Amino acid sequence: MTALLVAPFAVPMIAAVLAMLGHRSVKLQRILGVAGALGLLVTGIALLIAIERHGPQATQLSGWDAPFGITIVADLLSAIMVVISGMVATASAVYSAATVDARRTAFGYYPLTNFLLAGVAGAFLTGDLFNLYVWFEVMLIASFVLLALGGERPQLEGAVKYVAINLVASTMFLAAAGLIYGLTGTLNFADLAQRLPEAEPTGLVTAIAMLLLVAFGVKAAAFPLFFWLPASYHTPPADVAILFSGLLTKVGVYALLRTFTLLFDHDPGLIQPLFLWISSTTMVIGVLGALAQAEFRRVLSFHIVSQVGYMLLGIGLLTPLALAGAIFYIAHHMLAKTALFLVAGAVEGTRGSRALAQQGGLFERRPRLAMVFAIAALSLAGIPPLSGFVAKFVLVRAGLEAEAYLVVAAVLAVSLLTIVSMVKLWNEAFWKPAPEAEEGEGPTGAPAPAATSVGTATATSAGGGRWRLAAQLAPGAALALGGIALGIGAGPALDLSMRAAEQLLEPTAYLEAVLGEPA
Amino acid sequence: MEAMLPLVVGVLYAAGFYLVLRPTLGQLIVGLALLTNATNLLIFTAAGLSRDGAPLIAADSETVSGAVADPVPQALVLTAIVIGFGVLAFFIALAYRVYRTMDSDALNDLNSTDRLDIGGLDAGGEA
Amino acid sequence: MNSIVLQAATRFLITLLLLFAVFLLIRGHNEPGGGFIAGLVVASAIALYALTCGMSAARTLMPLDPTILLGTGLAVALVSAVPGIIESGAPLDGVWGEVPLPGDRGVKLGSPLLFDLGVFFTVVGSAVTVLLSLSEEA
Repeated sequence: MTALLVAPFAVPMIAAVLAMLGHRSVKLQRILGVAGALGLLVTGIALLIAIERHGPQATQLSGWDAPFGITIVADLLSAIMVVISGMVATASAVYSAATVDARRTAFGYYPLTNFLLAGVAGAFLTGDLFNLYVWFEVMLIASFVLLALGGERPQLEGAVKYVAINLVASTMFLAAAGLIYGLTGTLNFADLAQRLPEAEPTGLVTAIAMLLLVAFGVKAAAFPLFFWLPASYHTPPADVAILFSGLLTKVGVYALLRTFTLLFDHDPGLIQPLFLWISSTTMVIGVLGALAQAEFRRVLSFHIVSQVGYMLLGIGLLTPLALAGAIFYIAHHMLAKTALFLVAGAVEGTRGSRALAQQGGLFERRPRLAMVFAIAALSLAGIPPLSGFVAKFVLVRAGLEAEAYLVVAAVLAVSLLTIVSMVKLWNEAFWKPAPEAEEGEGPTGAPAPAATSVGTATATSAGGGRWRLAAQLAPGAALALGGIALGIGAGPALDLSMRAAEQLLEPTAYLEAVLGEPA
Repeated sequence: MEAMLPLVVGVLYAAGFYLVLRPTLGQLIVGLALLTNATNLLIFTAAGLSRDGAPLIAADSETVSGAVADPVPQALVLTAIVIGFGVLAFFIALAYRVYRTMDSDALNDLNSTDRLDIGGLDAGGEA
Repeated sequence: MNSIVLQAATRFLITLLLLFAVFLLIRGHNEPGGGFIAGLVVASAIALYALTCGMSAARTLMPLDPTILLGTGLAVALVSAVPGIIESGAPLDGVWGEVPLPGDRGVKLGSPLLFDLGVFFTVVGSAVTVLLSLSEEA
């Protein structure tokens, strides 16, 4: 069981170290990049099966008993997140293997992605607040370097904003961890769950909760802390954005889910309305921002913000159905959003320009890509029988049961606007005929004063031949199929989410796994 | 001492936040450094200040004897310093790169990727 | 830099700094020191040499490519988690063994020292990488 709990972050880390040692060979690096992601997926599935059978499991690093040591603990929520991260990671790794040029590979692209995956998996599996900080930082530093890798001017601009805001958030997280230790004398989640309800003064506990809300809110891109996301997710080359979009904000949402259900349930009168307001404004502002943008990836970046609002709704309502809806929504969103970013990367590669006004006519030239986009976009918008519909339905139902009518109205209105935005993307990129100025240029000769990364993508897609185009398309198709499967197989998936939600709200099994049987 | 350290932490945080909000790259870096230092000092202060011995067990006994300092906040601060060092080192390298690319250190000039391209600017307005 | 004083001092100081780094590395368990600060001292030695004789000369001080050094350090740190797994099933557990020395003494070495060694190499590799990226023209 220890091996199974440690493997999801150990395997990508070993792959990263091997990739660093062999950083001269491009082929080895690509293999290790895919291997690390596949390792995450396989170990995640094994972990999920084990947790589903035996309940939450825990192990202590370095042999120090809880609550003194660092606990690695997995309950259903952690295992689900690891599995979906594995899927996203594998799709992104396959896409990267096809599109990342030799220069960025030499600078260490694959070790960095593997470190990112290790940080993500570690954050999902840790049972200690400070260890969470460490894994967050591993993930963040890897993402900082990935964002700036390549050194184009837009990337540098996005990177400065991303790094600065995330650094400030990290200091707040660290301050909260220090204050919690000073208040209760422990950093272990399970132990804190027992000690925080009795801690005096409760004002300090609420203050720490707000610090953590800000720190994780920045990471999760909640309102009013999300502005780094639209400023930076559209600047790096497509493969980096694909990896980021599916993983980074969800780690923040997971941290919020974990801390506000396990640790800070002492003042629901303050925290629940706060979360309801935050999620509603995030949803609305995100989708309004998306409607205003004129570039594929900028629209999608704002949609990430909007969808994060849906996920936070679960914490605002705090019923088992709402949390199950939030968990299902996270899984659906990771698959759909990554597929959309994969499509965005492929679309940018075809025209050499990123502005939507320059795109067009892709429905005839790349029908399979159009199909993948259609499925992912409809899933995001919430059309049955795709996964997005089930997720939104569950959330609406939970909202109605909790009598939060204003929020439900916001959910439905934002869904409508999401559909509008997706239709606009479809029109601009796929349905309308290509602009006249680009006629006769074809995908290779596109004038590209744009970032050379885009030019490189066109070069590889032209020079690499059929298999590269297929490698760009296949991950998106796989994720879209995953979305369909999640929608059609929503019964068992929703059951799993309900069990995960119940484990969140009733953490006795978790506490027993970490601290041992109660005396 | 117990009254002075929180004051120092407060002053460092205030200075750090003030500098982070300034329009120059150099001031941003110094502000971030002050923030990380303030947080490290906060962890150290919040965990309790005492003049006790080092938390080491003598060679012939099983437990510590006498009052010893808490080793956990020391470990926390050490880890935080290392992580802060790593991130700041990277950020300084990034800032240097930005400075060389843009030839100025005004942060308000970093907005070419934020402009909305209405009207279909070619290459997404990044050129 | 064309300072005679600096060049004369550097020759002396670099040896001293490198020895001090090793001292800090081994001292770091029961007293202040450790892998991290030892790595930084080595990096400052390399920085001093770079200031005096230029970055390309400082590169020759390092026998290994910084990235390989980084990877090696991380690999050593990962390997140091293995003895714990073998001994007690918990990764990163401390496992101590005695190395006998002539004269009826022994020196205790443990997996934390191995981990610290890994940290040392990692810090040297990453600090030198940062130095290199800051010193060369973009």
